[in-house]
Amino acid sequence: MTEISITVNGELQTHDVEDRTLLVHFLRDHAGLTGTHVGCDTTQCGACTVHLDGRAVKSCTILAAAVDGAQVTTIEGLAQGGELSDLQQAFKQHHGLQCGFCTPGMVMAGTDLIRRYDGELDEHTVREQLEGNICRCTGYTNIVKAVLDAAGKHRAKRT
Amino acid sequence: MYMYEFAYRRPKTLAEAAGLFGEFDNPSFVSGGHTLIPTMKNRLAAPDVLIDLRAIPELNGIRRTGDRLEIGAATTHFETSTSEAVKEAIPALAALAGSIADPQVRHVGTMGGSVANNDPSADYPAAVLSLGADVVTDRRSIPADDFFDGLFGTALEEGEIILRFSFPLPDFAGYAKLCSQASRYPVAGSFVSRRGTGVRVGVTGAGNDGVFRWTEAEAALAADFTPEAVEGMEPDAGGMIADLNGSAEYRAHLVAVMTRHALRSPGTAYVR
Ligand SMILES: Cc1cc2nc3c(=O)[nH]c(=O)nc-3n(C[C@H](O)[C@H](O)[C@H](O)COP(=O)(O)OP(=O)(O)OC[C@H]3O[C@@H](n4cnc5c(N)ncnc54)[C@H](O)[C@@H]3O)c2cc1C
Ligand code: FES
Ligand code: FES
Repeated sequence: MTEISITVNGELQTHDVEDRTLLVHFLRDHAGLTGTHVGCDTTQCGACTVHLDGRAVKSCTILAAAVDGAQVTTIEGLAQGGELSDLQQAFKQHHGLQCGFCTPGMVMAGTDLIRRYDGELDEHTVREQLEGNICRCTGYTNIVKAVLDAAGKHRAKRT
Repeated sequence: MYMYEFAYRRPKTLAEAAGLFGEFDNPSFVSGGHTLIPTMKNRLAAPDVLIDLRAIPELNGIRRTGDRLEIGAATTHFETSTSEAVKEAIPALAALAGSIADPQVRHVGTMGGSVANNDPSADYPAAVLSLGADVVTDRRSIPADDFFDGLFGTALEEGEIILRFSFPLPDFAGYAKLCSQASRYPVAGSFVSRRGTGVRVGVTGAGNDGVFRWTEAEAALAADFTPEAVEGMEPDAGGMIADLNGSAEYRAHLVAVMTRHALRSPGTAYVR
């Protein structure tokens, strides 16, 4: 057992964990944040996507001990002051959440994507960049609409 | 799913890493872990300790030194794809890095891990071999031609650590690959480079023995550096992989097609 401290959604989480603990287990089983899902467990589906020091990563394939001291944001940390983020609202509006299981990962990947491109996105780029997130229920149509909508809001807010 | 028990260490110096390697029965180095951890989950590897190399300063940083580009082994695919130094010196290498896997994987996977692993379908080996890079370790400098050794095999000895890759700057470099629709790993990828009169073609995804140089195409291109020069040429299908993604004949044909695409797309990674 090793004591590990990770700042999750702005709050320092210190827990004794085994070396084999994956970041997703640290978040779900130790920090009690169950919004981050395990879909495939093989680094393919993206349901476990969180932001590690500001970048989207798959938390099912990262050891918690390897990110001791880091900053992590999960789906629970996106809403500010009880208000959903632009992308979360867009998912609601365009019915992007569908089955819901992969939604947290989609939203985390989409948020990172909008930030990396500073909102300058077109449909082709969104589809290509969501390659690491698997949705088995539709052709991603509503998810892509939601990301493009939130990207537009991001551009409008930019100074 | 919880993994089997093992220890994790994050040394800050090369000496500490080497010391740890000697202390355990079945140690393994780890970098991004994006190949090794999935392998361990499937119990295809079962090290008793993971020695994380990423905090060691010698494995970090990207530098342009005169006519060479040096990239630390712990550099992530994302860093390589967005580095201004890489984009300026060898734009095709930055483009290749940006074409690997998906954004989440690129934020974590490293060049050192990919090249040390030498997966027959990985992207970087084609670039390292074509560009004639030196693989600099904690013990020596290994020319790319001597580094790759069959499927998942390399010249690395027990406990040897890749510190960085040293690339001579090419006059031309281009990469093209056709990806598997399921895994997105290349079914065949060709990295073409020219430096002075020397042409090198590194092929990944296709060869039975992993990454290889297509020397017949190199000779033809040295005489005439145009896509037309390799028209009608194909590598021997006898040396090609045959699997669910395609027959050996299909692969041989694809290598030729991708080589011509690479010649037409300098500075980029043409992905299909
Ligand atoms: C979903 C998915 C899709 C992928 N698609 C592609 C793809 O299309 N193309 C592609 O090329 N790759 C692909 N990859 C592989 C990805 O690029 C890996 O990150 C990379 O191959 C391994 O890098 P790593 O840093 O994660 O290595 P690790 O998993 O940490 O290590 C791999 C091996 O290298 C050894 N090692 C690591 N660093 C060093 C070092 N400095 N010196 C000596 N030995 C070392 C380790 O001991 C281990 O044996 C994919 C991976 C995933 C999960
Ligand atoms: S659970 Fe991590 S990628 Fe599927
Ligand atoms: S939203 Fe979950 S499978 Fe499509």
